Amino acid sequence: MDETKIYFDYAATTPTDQRVIQSMLPYFYENFGNPSSIHLYGQKAENAIDESREKIANLLNCSPEEIIFTSCGSESDNLAIRGVAFAERKSRQANHILISSVEHHAVSQTSLQLAKEFGFELEFIPVDHYGMIDPDNVKKLIRRDTALVSVIFANNEIGTINPISEIGKICKQYGVPFHTDAVQAAAHLQIDVNSLNVDLLSIGAHKFYGPKGVGLLYRRKGIKMLPTQTGGSQEFGYRAGTHNVPYIVGMATAYAYAQDRPDNRNSRLSTFRDQLISGILEEIDGSELTGHPALRLPNHASFVFKGVDGNKLLMLLDMEGFACSSGSACKTGDPHPSDVLLAIGFSPEGALGSLRVTLGAYTEKNHIEQFLKILPDQIKKVRQMYG
Amino acid sequence: MDKKRVVVAMSGGVDSSVAAALLTQQGYNVIGMMLRLWNEPCKEASNRCCTPYAMAQAKRVASILNIPFYVLDAQIPFYNSVVKYFLQSYLNGNTPNPCLICNREIRWGYLLNHALAIGADYIATGHYVRNEKNNQGQFILKKGLDSNKDQSYVLYVLNQTQLSHSLFPLGQYLKTEVRQLARDFNLPVADKEESQDLCFLADEDYRSFILRNACVEIKPGIIVNSQNKLLGQHNGLPFYTIGQRKGLNISSESPYYVIKKDVQNNVLIAGKTEERASKSLFIENMNWISGTPSLTSSNIKVMVRYRSKAKPCTIQEINSTKLRIDLLETINDVAPGQAAVLYQDDICLGGGIIT
Repeated sequence: MDETKIYFDYAATTPTDQRVIQSMLPYFYENFGNPSSIHLYGQKAENAIDESREKIANLLNCSPEEIIFTSCGSESDNLAIRGVAFAERKSRQANHILISSVEHHAVSQTSLQLAKEFGFELEFIPVDHYGMIDPDNVKKLIRRDTALVSVIFANNEIGTINPISEIGKICKQYGVPFHTDAVQAAAHLQIDVNSLNVDLLSIGAHKFYGPKGVGLLYRRKGIKMLPTQTGGSQEFGYRAGTHNVPYIVGMATAYAYAQDRPDNRNSRLSTFRDQLISGILEEIDGSELTGHPALRLPNHASFVFKGVDGNKLLMLLDMEGFACSSGSACKTGDPHPSDVLLAIGFSPEGALGSLRVTLGAYTEKNHIEQFLKILPDQIKKVRQMYG
Repeated sequence: MDKKRVVVAMSGGVDSSVAAALLTQQGYNVIGMMLRLWNEPCKEASNRCCTPYAMAQAKRVASILNIPFYVLDAQIPFYNSVVKYFLQSYLNGNTPNPCLICNREIRWGYLLNHALAIGADYIATGHYVRNEKNNQGQFILKKGLDSNKDQSYVLYVLNQTQLSHSLFPLGQYLKTEVRQLARDFNLPVADKEESQDLCFLADEDYRSFILRNACVEIKPGIIVNSQNKLLGQHNGLPFYTIGQRKGLNISSESPYYVIKKDVQNNVLIAGKTEERASKSLFIENMNWISGTPSLTSSNIKVMVRYRSKAKPCTIQEINSTKLRIDLLETINDVAPGQAAVLYQDDICLGGGIIT
């Protein structure tokens, strides 16, 4: 990591833990075999996959056959939504998809495609101003012909944590498969698929100091799902393609560290987070916290600033040595207001003024202090440029 | 001392890429920035600038030079200042040069403000001009050394403050040298073609652009000669330019050219070749780069369209923003709306818009 700059974008991605890298290295050259092969090379690689699967299954409180390795969180979301929708339509003519209005694009765009191109009926669960889903609304909207329900566990843009377990209970009563995108949550919250009442759950490794390019989908035994990538019989026939052995090993190592007594890390992070939030709200006029004030990820602080162009603010902050993000972040200079911020009631113009600051393992107290020192001036500058 | 910080306006083309490379080599703290300008909805890929391809090229160059790169959204200010001006000017019977407005309002307005806000000392572009400081501490805008590539015509709009924050690293180079530099720096843009047309015309004729985007009806009318004799019909004044010969559909032994547009009566005036010549012209919105008029200068030449030859003239002030220019030899097809830019040797003194 570049020590001269301060990284505040852990929700985008994290640096790979050195211990994780070490665990991966033997599987590039020494044990390079294809897990599907009969010979000893293949067996060694297969053992590594099996061990990784067991390790993760133990942590998620599920059985190893319920873990499907994928290439990333988005692929897991795609497989869950598309695979289950088609299977449910086939087996019981269920044609209704119910998702929240603050889903990650991997869920919302997949569902929109199913509606637009394949004739599914898509309905959105409303959220409150914090981006939180009320389980009662799920109860109101769920139907016997609902093919699946998907609600994001912890929101990537605004950090709000949803009452997944209660929503899962409702889905169970209706016999409707329930999926949650836990990509952000997995880095901080202990995940037990049984107490959460979920049938499907997506995770991506690079959010918790694992490598990019690997993820998994938990699929409860008995949930019908069509594979979306067909070919060989890897991953119980749900996901064809030669296993990415070193990355799967890396994800298992990283997930074990992430789930090992997260409370200590979280209390450290949430102290920083709260310091940041109160500092910003006190010092900067026209600032507002987005997402829930308490029920939010411990590392996640997100705001909108009145009369601020979020993209310009990000450039200014980058120049000052702080790497942050925004809901409308766009590298091609063509910003669009974030769907999530629009869903929680911001105007398109207001939504363009967003800033997301996410903390992590290498965040220090003085980073927060330095940031609070420079931010008011940068906001002032962007506001002056706005006219 | 800290290194001076400079924002280079990068287009993905060879000139701005080499500009960025030279400044990096000279030890500046260089930041690459691309302006996201306006394009007609759904014509993004055929626009002349900021296409996804151009953006990818600029990004590649920035990565090779190991400098940060950002895209700055200027769609709304560009539309409001440049596109609207372009359309309105044509509707008023003029022949606009929108690049002038873009340079003044967008590059040396919007972008410069942004650059200063992020703590930059300068902005730099790949224009072929030189910016020098004289003994009195004044900034002088000079033609680029490559006379074929000189771009001072489109930069006469700058003032002292803007020039004090401007670097033009290509002013000393020939285009062929710049292409060689691009190869020496291993930039993948060395053999890229020149961009020619207006960036937002999306590879199309300006006439169809006006037709789609002007919010008023464009009416056909009559063509007459300067004695008011009927010669034919026109399809709408904005579709013709001064000096145009083709498309008039006038049958005659010697050709007719567009010599004037009478917007008030929606009449196009055509004439024979000898009627194209102007001996004097008036300009408004005069900008003196030094900040003060230099009326007593001798050896003044005027350039009345981009990349044309500067012609000797004398000047006379009408008021602080209006000048009368008398030409020592006539110039054909002087078009209202274009800029007349004044030079003394290779120094660009300033200019204004022909009325």
